[in-house]
Amino acid sequence: MSGNRHLKRLWLPGGFVALIALAALCAPLFPLPDPIRQDVANRLAGPMAGSWLGRDEFGRDVLSRLLWGARTSLSVAFASALTAGAIGVLLGLIGGWGKGAAAFLSVRSMDIVLCFPPILLALLVVTLLGPGAATLILVLSVLYLPGFARVTHAEVLAVKSRDYVEATRALGARPAYLLLRTVLPNIAGPILVQLSLAVAAAVVLESGLSFLGLGVVPPAPSWGLMIRGARATMEQAPLLLVWPCAALTLTILAMNLLCDGLRDALDPRTAGR
Amino acid sequence: MSATWLARKLTVVAGLAWLVATIVFLALHMVPGDPAELLLSTGGVSPDPASVAELREKLGLERPLFAQYAAFIGGLLRGDLGTSLIDDYPVISEIALRLPRTLELIAAGSVIAILIGVPAGVFAALDRGGAFDRAASAVTALLLAVPVFVLGTLLVLLFAQTLRIMPAGGFVPFAQDPVQHLKLLILPAIAIAKGLAAVLFRMTRAAMLDALANDYVRTARAKGLSPTRVIIVHVLRNALNPVVTVLGLQMGTLLGGTVLVEYVFNWPGMSTPLLRAVEGRDYPMVVGIVLTISVLFLLLNLVVELVHAWLDPRVAHS
Repeated sequence: MSGNRHLKRLWLPGGFVALIALAALCAPLFPLPDPIRQDVANRLAGPMAGSWLGRDEFGRDVLSRLLWGARTSLSVAFASALTAGAIGVLLGLIGGWGKGAAAFLSVRSMDIVLCFPPILLALLVVTLLGPGAATLILVLSVLYLPGFARVTHAEVLAVKSRDYVEATRALGARPAYLLLRTVLPNIAGPILVQLSLAVAAAVVLESGLSFLGLGVVPPAPSWGLMIRGARATMEQAPLLLVWPCAALTLTILAMNLLCDGLRDALDPRTAGR
Repeated sequence: MSATWLARKLTVVAGLAWLVATIVFLALHMVPGDPAELLLSTGGVSPDPASVAELREKLGLERPLFAQYAAFIGGLLRGDLGTSLIDDYPVISEIALRLPRTLELIAAGSVIAILIGVPAGVFAALDRGGAFDRAASAVTALLLAVPVFVLGTLLVLLFAQTLRIMPAGGFVPFAQDPVQHLKLLILPAIAIAKGLAAVLFRMTRAAMLDALANDYVRTARAKGLSPTRVIIVHVLRNALNPVVTVLGLQMGTLLGGTVLVEYVFNWPGMSTPLLRAVEGRDYPMVVGIVLTISVLFLLLNLVVELVHAWLDPRVAHS
């Protein structure tokens, strides 16, 4: 029965995250003004027909920028979490299954990333490569690699001597088949939890770097950039600051709750706590 | 805690610091192409060859890689981090000026976080399922969700812009005007504290609930000790171990958050020259600051481990 209770807790945050993802995906389909078209005559204009949330400091439509900003944030976050996941899981599988120096290094060498506070490593790479979405995805993937490698490594060690793995091996399965078809499905839960954590963390870091002017390059819409821009005009138009702040916080809140719910439902070690 | 244990820990920290220095040194050379050209190119436009040659000369890129590495590590050991590419100012002087201000912010933030997070966690555990527990848990979930720069910006909007009871940001040396100095410190310190306070709250609450369920608590109560004494001497002391561990895990977030908070509040710590240097592609300055903060990160983790060992002598013997 506890499984059902866990699943119930997933509905609300899961639905909210799905709604944001859907809105982000469908942003081009909505009848909204171009998010980067400037209209200086309507600079900082309040809500009006066709612009429900008003216009920003360059006269760009705020609602449209919020939706397109979700698209930027989520695509960067998912791209980097999936990249980190694919490489990290592979390294973890090698580390957990293999023997010797290569296996040891495949997981432990990742730990060097953990010696840096994340945002500083990101700034170092931005200095070298210049800001932009591609740099962001690269940096965020590197930052979340160790998490995936560690979780996969630990899980592989836990299941590799189980009877069903031994049985498949005894049947003559090749290592690649064994890892991908027998081991991986059985450790998918904790990896999925790790993926949700990485996506949430990536949204936070992307918005922070964009806020500093070192992430997404203007005029592309991003929640971090919107907050950066609205700071300068907070005296005349405080609401401009409130919208992107609320969108960002609510998204991360829903993602965090989804992570907690997923962990309770999928990760046997923390279930029941 | 024994001297050998401490010596071993210090060796590990020194080794990690060397590793971090090597990584930041190599980072410039790991990118394909000429590093000088890379640092000078903006948006796909090739830089002019004369300035590339000048930068190569300045960074010593003409020498063999190992000679550059030896010079870099040698400089670090003498406390020489090179000079800024923008204004030739020694990187170490910039850090010496800024680091104390950043440390002050981190210290103030940590104190606020501990003073709020730990007692709130204790009360929530004692009030399990009650109104305070539920309200504090909800606030914590919200605090964990709001990014540090969003909270900082909203604090400015509320207290400086709308209520006009606090300054929006800036810095005055303590010696010049202590009251204004502290007034300017409060909002950024609160912003820094938010994540740590939330995590400390959760951890203290969970650890208190675990500790409360122990037999020695029942024994202490049965002996007729006052409830306050039982909580403080028997429960809290044992609950603090996991809390201290969490403190260590949060240091990276804390230091990273400082960069954002200093920017939001115009606090002239390490973040100002760092961000200017990232924007201006001033590699030596970025390396110097990233290295300093990363080593600080390692040292703070060591301090946390020392406190942990002091609270729980078993740690140093395992």
